[in-house]
Amino acid sequence: MKVIWILFRREFVSYFVTPLAYVFIVFFLGLLGAMTFFLGGFFDRGQADLAPFFAFHTWLYLLLIPAISMRLWSEERKTGTIELLLTLPVSATQAVIAKFLAAWAFAAIAVALTFPFWITVNTLGEPDNGIIVAGYVGSLVMVGAYLAIGSCLSSASKNQVIAFVLAVLVSLLFTVSGTPLVLELVSGWAPVLVIDVIAGLSFITNFEAISKGVLDLVNLIYFLSVMALFLFVNIVLVNLLKAR
Amino acid sequence: MAAMIEVDGLCKRFGAIQAVDDVSFTVERGEVLGFLGPNGAGKSTAMRIITGFLEPDSGTVRLEGVDIRDRPIAARQNLGYMPEGAPSYHEMTPLGFLGFIAGIRGFSGSEAEDRIATAAQQTQLGSVLYQSIDTLSRGFKRRVGLAQALLHDPEILVLDEPTDGLDPNQKHEVRTLIQEMAANKAIIISTHILEEVDAVCSRAIIISHGRIVADGTPEELKSRSERHMGVAITATRETCRQLVADLNALNGVRQVELEPRGLFVKPVRGSDILDPVRVLVRQRGLSVADIRLEMGRLEDVFREVTIPGGTGPGGTGDRP
Repeated sequence: MKVIWILFRREFVSYFVTPLAYVFIVFFLGLLGAMTFFLGGFFDRGQADLAPFFAFHTWLYLLLIPAISMRLWSEERKTGTIELLLTLPVSATQAVIAKFLAAWAFAAIAVALTFPFWITVNTLGEPDNGIIVAGYVGSLVMVGAYLAIGSCLSSASKNQVIAFVLAVLVSLLFTVSGTPLVLELVSGWAPVLVIDVIAGLSFITNFEAISKGVLDLVNLIYFLSVMALFLFVNIVLVNLLKAR
Repeated sequence: MAAMIEVDGLCKRFGAIQAVDDVSFTVERGEVLGFLGPNGAGKSTAMRIITGFLEPDSGTVRLEGVDIRDRPIAARQNLGYMPEGAPSYHEMTPLGFLGFIAGIRGFSGSEAEDRIATAAQQTQLGSVLYQSIDTLSRGFKRRVGLAQALLHDPEILVLDEPTDGLDPNQKHEVRTLIQEMAANKAIIISTHILEEVDAVCSRAIIISHGRIVADGTPEELKSRSERHMGVAITATRETCRQLVADLNALNGVRQVELEPRGLFVKPVRGSDILDPVRVLVRQRGLSVADIRLEMGRLEDVFREVTIPGGTGPGGTGDRP
């Protein structure tokens, strides 16, 4: 546990010594704001809720989260520090978990900094704050799932650009699987069960369920399972580096 | 008692290249083992296997009797390793980086501070502790890597080219440091600087194409040189010409070679020809500037054992 904490702290602090953290946060908040107000019609809807705000999280994460996760392992492989890290008395499992948690904590800070939206709706009207809390919880577990995918694929390549592209691709599959576009593709021939499974695997579907205030355990477990699965593969991949 | 480092039958193949081929040796406490070999001979790969970063295709590594694959974490507790290129987290300061290593090694509070101070002092990092590693010179980066390996005062040290990129003064300091620590540790260093072997190693292994091609003390290795116990004569061209025939006729002389500043007399292995040569020169009444016994050069042995087909200047032991 102590080892994980020390690895976590090093990783987490490293975000803030480079401009990466600040650039990311400014970009994330700016883009989210623009989408919410201009595309989401935050004011025009005349409703005191954060639905248009949360609606864009999925798409924003799809592109921005791989930018955080791509360096997690690629950079260590590129600079050779992975050799240092993995010859310290540290297991691959500890390293994977610590790095993931650090990235998650960083993403959580970025999400937390959207609090002015919450203040705004509370100033303008009387929103259901329970739904908003549910939305934030959903957003956090979803961001964790994106990060787990990104971290896993980051360990698959020395090249950060490749890690980024792979992460976006796999994330895209998980994101769009519930959209009409994909469902129409399969609905013609696939059995209902398959369609349900595909729809059920979608980040969008699961996130919408949570952010509408139906804080169903199933949706939470879904995101946690995705995290667990990809982190497990992540650990396997890091261990495989030894057997190259 | 088991040796500190036991390496038995290591093999590792990367695709078509046999990077490490049946490497076995042991290192006892008090020994400094020099790992020599041309670039690409498999030195770094062997070190990566010994420290558990890579898994061998076959063979075992035991550090203080603990198998590095069975109990990797336990085996590494008492190991300090500086990988090739001395990697470190460049966005950190040496102080922050060493603090991180101290934490991982289980030190905290004033003990951690003491350890960091000692390691920084041993590697002379004091002046740059608060500067980001990114901005440091190559020599300092190397020393940060070294400090990291020394921090927990491990009994086993594996250092991949510890003096690469250092200036002559720094090289000297690092070698002195290694010598000072040698008494109660088992140390492996890799290098391609042969003078380093003379300076710090109690034993040297030469690796070529993944195989051990020579193993012994620096003196033993030198004795394999054909210049071992040879006699160098510094004299004018004219004097040399007068001497050659007589020298060739001497008992125990294998070959006489003309060199830029005189002659070199190679002995038949095992024969001592210094005195006979001296006597001969005196008898002929010739004046020579110097007559000197040579112990052989590691460089020659290195070339002999790493270049296939002898000591010719063409070809290298490098792999593609």
